Amino acid sequence: MTKGNTRDPPSFPAEVMNAVLGGDALRRCFQCGACGGSCPSAADMNHSPSRLFAMIRAGLRNEVLRSNTPWYCVACYYCAVRCPQEIPITDLMYGLKRLSIQQGLCEEVDAADFSRTFIGSVERYGRSFELGLATRYHLTHRPLGLPKLAPTGLGMLLKGRMALRPHRIKDIKGLRAILSRARVLERVR
Amino acid sequence: MTYAFFPGCSLAHTASAYADSIGAVAERLGLDLAEIEDWNCCGATEYSAIELLPAYALVARNLALVNGDLSQVVAPCSLCYVNLRRTQQALRERETLRAQVDDALAAGGLSYQPGHLSVRHLLDVVVNDVGLGTIASNIVRPLYGLRIAPYYGCLTVRPAKGFDDPEQPESLDRLLRALGAEVVDFPLKADCCGGHMTQISADVAYGLLRRLLQNATDRGADLVVTVCPMCQLNLDAYQDRVNRHCGTDFHLPVLFFTQAVGLALGLSPEALGLGKEIVPAQQVLRAKWSTEPSPAPEQPRRPHRRRRDPTLPMPEARSVRHG
Repeated sequence: MTKGNTRDPPSFPAEVMNAVLGGDALRRCFQCGACGGSCPSAADMNHSPSRLFAMIRAGLRNEVLRSNTPWYCVACYYCAVRCPQEIPITDLMYGLKRLSIQQGLCEEVDAADFSRTFIGSVERYGRSFELGLATRYHLTHRPLGLPKLAPTGLGMLLKGRMALRPHRIKDIKGLRAILSRARVLERVR
Repeated sequence: MTYAFFPGCSLAHTASAYADSIGAVAERLGLDLAEIEDWNCCGATEYSAIELLPAYALVARNLALVNGDLSQVVAPCSLCYVNLRRTQQALRERETLRAQVDDALAAGGLSYQPGHLSVRHLLDVVVNDVGLGTIASNIVRPLYGLRIAPYYGCLTVRPAKGFDDPEQPESLDRLLRALGAEVVDFPLKADCCGGHMTQISADVAYGLLRRLLQNATDRGADLVVTVCPMCQLNLDAYQDRVNRHCGTDFHLPVLFFTQAVGLALGLSPEALGLGKEIVPAQQVLRAKWSTEPSPAPEQPRRPHRRRRDPTLPMPEARSVRHG
């Protein structure tokens, strides 16, 4: 599957397999479809997981990385436990999300931004902060939907289930140093 | 034995009832939980969507902060549990990853070598370490009369090779039965609640939640009991939105398993954080919770088969045993 000449850039299938620990298991997919059949959100995906895997092997970079399939994955691991070839499908979906963002092909902009907003809050405080996350994300992405969600948020507030202020961990500097070092190492990986 | 306790972000607020009831129940059962000092978020399902190595380093910081004398870390949230468990497993199996993560941790003055530490879900610890025998012997007020749908969600039992069957888990069923409750057969007990989909793709999330609520209602459940803050939040706080979106009329209270344990142990509802749920459990508890065990369900009478029955012979349905 990879080309013999090492100076060639890695093929698309190799790129996907390298993006995920144990990703080379993708080679074993024999198109049984157990993944799509087990997936609770398959109906909303534009390609079933197994079809997406066939498309990866066919080198269809654009179609694969523009697909909404990884973004509709709820990470429930049903496919992964049922896959007779023990392919780490959930991890592959995460890997495809990363590749689609890195290569500027991601079309599920809202979902990607939700993840980024979440990460931003973790980098700032060391913990997630629901109220900040929800308001920041919804104000920038779907302000018109906010009134619909407001009663849910208010109910949570009234029950004491929503913090008004974030909690910052003590060694936030240490955490940030760890994450930025990991980022440097990831680039050379 | 003392367990290192990783509460996870939700326990501070969205799942404060879980935190309340864990504290109360742990004290009553002598379960020693020592919170990890200055722990950070596990990254939920978001970090891995953006970057890989930082996602592992983020979780590894928590493992590195575990007191070296402790050998078990326990998480009450299934998402935290799966992130801790998978990071621990990946670090154990992959040398390069281990070296890189340790390099990153060094930047924050930490170091971690996965050796003796094992990652456990709180349900696993309660059922298998504390044990149903100990719990049963401490029961003051059995949960007689309550029909409960045991809801595990996905990440409590998946990926595989955890503490229970990845598709048809039983540990929560056994625990609830030991508490005196009537456990309803709940086929979707390990299906997904939609996770973060309530935020980014509400239609998908409400569809998944509706299936779960419908299934539990069809099976005659008075209550759903969960083992994960995300599942509780979605089923409880979004139930009203599901009703409006799908034209349904569910009123199914959703409690944490530690609240159910606490009630049976005779702890006060306030100490267990009852009343913090959006769909109130109070009416159901008042109406259905009885001091007497419910009578055994009547066995359905087999239809009398006539001698020269012209219909095709069918295998007889096995009767399902409740309780």
